[in-house]
Amino acid sequence: MSKRGERTKKNSRSADVIDEGGRVTGYYAEGEPIRDTKAPEGPIEDRWEKRKFGAKLVNPANKRKLHVIVVGTGLAGGSAAATLGELGYNVTSFCYQDSPRRAHSIAAQGGINAAKNYRGDGDSIYRLFYDTVKGGDFRARESNVYRLAQVSVNIIDQAVAQGVPFAREYGGLLDTRSFGGAQVSRTFYARGQTGQQLLLGAYQALERQIAAGTVKMNTRHEMLELIVSDGRARGVIVRDMVTGEIERHTADAVVLATGGYGNVFFLSTNAKGCNTTAIWRAHRRGAMFANPCYTQIHPTCIPVSGDYQSKLTLMSESLRNDGRVWVPLKAGDDRPVAEIPEDERDYYLERIYPAFGNLVPRDIASRAAKNVCDEGRGVGPGGLGVYLDFADAIRRLGRDAVEKKYGNLFEMYERITGEDPYTQPMRIYPAVHYTMGGLWVDYDLQSTIPGLFVVGEANFSDHGANRLGASALMQGLADGYFVLPTTIGDYLANGPYGEVDEEAAAEAETAVRTKIEKLLSVNGTRTADSYHRELGRIMWDYCGMERTEESLRKALERIPELREEFWQNVKVSGQAEELNQALERAGRVADFFDLAELMCVDALHRTESCGGHFRAESQDADGEALRDDENFAYVAAWEYGEQGPILHKEALDYEYVKMSQRSYK
Amino acid sequence: MNLTLKVWRQNGPQDKGRMVTYRVEDVSPDMSFLEMLDVLNERLILEGDDPIAFDHDCREGICGMCGMVINGVAHGEQVATTTCQLHMRHFEDNAVITIEPWRAAPFPVVKDLVVDRSAFDRIIQAGGFISVPAGSAPDAHSVPVKKVDADAAFDAATCIGCGACVAACPNGSASLFTAAKITHLSLLPQGQPERDSRAKAMVEQMDAEGFGGCTNTGECTAVCPKGIPLDTIAQMNRDYLRSSK
Repeated sequence: MSKRGERTKKNSRSADVIDEGGRVTGYYAEGEPIRDTKAPEGPIEDRWEKRKFGAKLVNPANKRKLHVIVVGTGLAGGSAAATLGELGYNVTSFCYQDSPRRAHSIAAQGGINAAKNYRGDGDSIYRLFYDTVKGGDFRARESNVYRLAQVSVNIIDQAVAQGVPFAREYGGLLDTRSFGGAQVSRTFYARGQTGQQLLLGAYQALERQIAAGTVKMNTRHEMLELIVSDGRARGVIVRDMVTGEIERHTADAVVLATGGYGNVFFLSTNAKGCNTTAIWRAHRRGAMFANPCYTQIHPTCIPVSGDYQSKLTLMSESLRNDGRVWVPLKAGDDRPVAEIPEDERDYYLERIYPAFGNLVPRDIASRAAKNVCDEGRGVGPGGLGVYLDFADAIRRLGRDAVEKKYGNLFEMYERITGEDPYTQPMRIYPAVHYTMGGLWVDYDLQSTIPGLFVVGEANFSDHGANRLGASALMQGLADGYFVLPTTIGDYLANGPYGEVDEEAAAEAETAVRTKIEKLLSVNGTRTADSYHRELGRIMWDYCGMERTEESLRKALERIPELREEFWQNVKVSGQAEELNQALERAGRVADFFDLAELMCVDALHRTESCGGHFRAESQDADGEALRDDENFAYVAAWEYGEQGPILHKEALDYEYVKMSQRSYK
Repeated sequence: MNLTLKVWRQNGPQDKGRMVTYRVEDVSPDMSFLEMLDVLNERLILEGDDPIAFDHDCREGICGMCGMVINGVAHGEQVATTTCQLHMRHFEDNAVITIEPWRAAPFPVVKDLVVDRSAFDRIIQAGGFISVPAGSAPDAHSVPVKKVDADAAFDAATCIGCGACVAACPNGSASLFTAAKITHLSLLPQGQPERDSRAKAMVEQMDAEGFGGCTNTGECTAVCPKGIPLDTIAQMNRDYLRSSK
């Protein structure tokens, strides 16, 4: 397609049948493919330079007349708002928390990848690019990933100059470690709090711009609608979460940096407030949603302990370096650990994957845990857990050595479970952690609505079907500090875009007010949280670690039923014009229903397995994920349609990295 | 377990506020403190009452958003623990638990247990940063940093900005918060050019917000979930004196 957003007007709807390629149709229609992602051509290492040079510049004197709205203040949004302010644009920033410093990037533990090759161990931009494309199971764009690897080195320079206290060696240079199975040591870290330190760096840069007057910050404000005027994104409708006032903010461009949607599962490692509303409202207004079904499930989380559970806590993957994963050999064996003899334990990862053992990638470890629990061999409450046992490591290395390495993690585990991992094995279980899908963006990070840019986890960009460890921080900061500030300039150079159409803005505002009034007026018998919990259960059971045509069809039956009931029977107390947390939650749950449905349609249509998306029907003789490159080497970009979603395919070509099947045996 | 909660309820900044007693039954010892409040709030919503407003987000002790005074202690009696990391197994069955918001004049109550901590952001705005626009940084290895300095800077930088230090201080001082940032940045070579102006501006902003002075009581560091050491305040005072020379 030559112009962004342009597509055929007559999308045909098909019946619920399986077509000749074995694909499911009927839940969706298929539209025109996406032909242009705006990536420059030529050798891959020159493309970003070429784009930067080709981007129009804005006269410094004109920059302050150009107004940009940035929603979200995590690594991507915080760094974007700060950098746009530094460049002299007039920026308005929003976050739902009481301070921009609280965004959920802060919880990232492990580290940030960068192709610095400070170790001289053979790392390079090309190698980081290669690992990321392969790790993403050949479902990411080569041009974008190469740029990410190039920019990664600048991020470390920037962060160090800001005072981010990365771990250092005695010589005063930066320490690195290997992570997520990479064979080189390219992960920079600040103890187990790398996300916190990087976010505080971006936050401090942002506060500096707030003080300088280039950024106007609005905390405790939630975006509830996008204003599209004359086909361009021109502003947002937000709710002041303290007074309940509905506000209209307009600008020349809008940047969404509102994070991922893992909370559609209710239980995830995301913060409680993380939600899909901002990107979902943008999707409803014309921004395509790409690869919604790509979900990353992290294998080492603390299991659910009861129905009241509100979130799940991640334990660093590094634990698998010394811990051994096992379950009892026999189903239903509920003896205490000490009474289960060695030959009645199944160290299943070591048994199935002798080469990688307990260190197989995230998706494989997660699925194996699910399988043994499905066989009735899980441990702990509800049988949803496996042991991660350090007894051998303690015998081999001594308790002190283990404590030195993992002390803080053991303490965290004990704090939550009340159990001592030095004397009894930890119990772990997989949990939803990251969503690779998100709003579709081109090479400029612009969505299918002109003037709407999307950065960080909120876009679908660079991780393909599976994100590597320590790459989320890298992508968020690459987008915010380096990519967006250049590419948005090209768009803004044609601005300012004049008055916003009053009718369009009023219509968006009315949509927000109508929804709030409706939520408050139902006055039913169940809370929004109880619906959210049930929706999460459906998603986890039917669209979680393993998906089948049958399970997805079941989910697609249940979700609309539950949504219908929600709108008939939800109970939201309090008023619209006050701090009302029950109302905030209900509004988010309403959007999660719609997103859940699209995720299931996407998962149903993609009959192959790839990365975090495992279709039970598509596995090899050993039970490993089997890609179908012939039919599915594309980005699935979904357009919102009143009659159901419309699929636009963006073909993925691999000029540099040869497509191959992953193997960890 | 069964519990009696005495919770501070206040409709808004102008409301006088009062303690309200609630009975919560069938609490699991494995619940977190906030999950226990979730259960109570679900019930209040179904009864058509206003749920108890409280701030929270990550629920894993790092975002700094949650914070309540529990039985008179900021974040409760567990050492080095945020409210969200506190679990009910640390309470006795049939216990009576009082729950109040942070109380300090510069942290006005917004509603119930939610307070306005924007004063902290303004202290950072005054100078809690290193001025380095994106793209202008030299190679990360151009300036080596001694490991001891980097580690000490990290220790100060782990502050989560929750405000427990202010709530615990008899003077309502924000010294520990301000000192943590000043210490973090002044220990690093990158922080030297703005060291004097930073300390001066941040301390003055802290005073302008109405926070009290430090009298070395040490309550702040005792309740700090990240264990920010008291001697950061000495560092702040040194840097402030240096800046006035």
